[in-house]
Amino acid sequence: MIKVFIADDEEPARERLKELLGDIAGEVPTTVAGEARNGMETLERLPQSGAGLLLLDIQMPGMGGLEVARHLAALPEPPTIVFVTAHDRHAVEAFELNALDYLLKPVRAERLAAALKKASVPHREQLAKAAQNAREYLSVAERNRIVLVPVREIIFLRAEQKYVTLRTRNREHLIEEPLVSLEREFAATFVRIHRNCLVARSAIRGFERGGGSDDEPHWVVVLDGLDERLPVSRRQWPGLKELVAEK
Amino acid sequence: MASIGQSAYPDLLPDFRNLGVMARVLVAVNGLAAAGVLFATPSPGGALEHFMNTAAYLEPLLLIELLVLAAVSPLLARLPYWTGYAVIVGIVLAVVAAYHTLVMRLPAVPQPSLGPVLLLAALVAATLLAYLRLRAKAYSPALVEARLQALQARIRPHFLFNSLNAVLSLIRRDPKRAERALEDLAEVFRTLMSEPRQFVRLADEIALLERYAGIEQLRLGERLRITWELDAAPSDALLPPLVLQPLLENAVFHGVEPGTAAGDVLVRIERRGDRVLARIENPYVADQQRRVGNRMALENIRERLTLFFDAEARIRTSADGRRYKVEIEMPYKSERA
Repeated sequence: MIKVFIADDEEPARERLKELLGDIAGEVPTTVAGEARNGMETLERLPQSGAGLLLLDIQMPGMGGLEVARHLAALPEPPTIVFVTAHDRHAVEAFELNALDYLLKPVRAERLAAALKKASVPHREQLAKAAQNAREYLSVAERNRIVLVPVREIIFLRAEQKYVTLRTRNREHLIEEPLVSLEREFAATFVRIHRNCLVARSAIRGFERGGGSDDEPHWVVVLDGLDERLPVSRRQWPGLKELVAEK
Repeated sequence: MASIGQSAYPDLLPDFRNLGVMARVLVAVNGLAAAGVLFATPSPGGALEHFMNTAAYLEPLLLIELLVLAAVSPLLARLPYWTGYAVIVGIVLAVVAAYHTLVMRLPAVPQPSLGPVLLLAALVAATLLAYLRLRAKAYSPALVEARLQALQARIRPHFLFNSLNAVLSLIRRDPKRAERALEDLAEVFRTLMSEPRQFVRLADEIALLERYAGIEQLRLGERLRITWELDAAPSDALLPPLVLQPLLENAVFHGVEPGTAAGDVLVRIERRGDRVLARIENPYVADQQRRVGNRMALENIRERLTLFFDAEARIRTSADGRRYKVEIEMPYKSERA
């Protein structure tokens, strides 16, 4: 018995999927473990629902299906996902390219049955490649809960061995994503100041000469809202200087 | 007098009450007069003086001609094209003759003789009519094309498939409602796919709005709240087809669907004097998923309004952070006028 979770912003669309699940129960037995009307609700409800499979609409208000999937990937046991879309040419192309499972609305019973049987857990990289926009949140999995941190509240991201520390004004989280891919995704919002550190452009108040005890003086970043100073590497300094000039 | 093949765009006499037509006539005639004067006088200084003299004779005549033509324009519109053409040239000549006899009595103005003036007036009138006809012809294919483009831009596959999906979900639970929804959908698509027409009655466009809204309501339920203010809408007003429906579709697509809360949409159409005002408002939702597409529909509508009303229609958009508004202002034209 597969526990299915349904996420779609249109009530008739959710009803239709439930009907179809009923129709194919002989072939693929399922129960509906939960429903959600938008991306946020999905992230709130799915982890506790115990659902193993998610039927996920791509175009939903607030947060689209693709970003939802990327946050779910942070769970210790992420669900298998079948995306559903009425028509989103770009998404469909990207899905084909990255071998993600999807269904087109209106969904046919046979297609749904086939998709349920072969559905898989999408990989982070697959999802990242299929996405066209940067995420609006980064996610941290805590037991049966996904904590979302709005990207605009992040002051810096610093790589520390296996993890990346994500620092907001009030808190610190550990996330398991490589700094390089974060840098690529959020190039518009963050700038690299050091081999191991990205800083939000909007959080940079200025630069100060650090009290380097030894030979050469080096620079540190002065941040808005945090007393911590972050060292700038010599390699990044020339690029950052221009940033200061722009400000 | 049926024109060949009854094309969707038969020759139409120019509407002399239209500002655009008036402006074109004024510019063309004055341009011709200036050119004539330049040829006739050797020195530039003399040309200016000569032009002023000509203008003193010409401008009042031109204005009177335009006034007379504007006054008879509704009658002219009922005549077959070539009859109307002849009548217009006749009117022009008659006015010139009357004006000329009157002016002859004033001593101060230089006195051209009637014969050449009549000949010149006939030539200019015939040429201008031919120009306006060619211009209208040149724009007809553009009109058809603009309409086709509009058609493609408007049938958002997103809308079609989501609507069909919504109807499917109703078939078992509420067959009656599913039937109504399919009927609505059929009518919306009948309108979208109908032969290109130059104009429709406002009542028809409003009916289309209501059918469309019915389908969206089914899909979005309580999330879509539309307020209709149509009491003062002149149902017999004429306008190009599919000017309002794409705006309502935009309002739903950009203002209601991307929002997690319910969205209020306002549709207000009213007549104020000889103008028709239409306003569609929706919540302003910043959404990076669906930025594109809105501009195109607006440009297309603007283009078709211009082709139909020339300079007398306007479309304005504004956003104040919470609400997004589109306003259309166009002349009130009805089938009777």
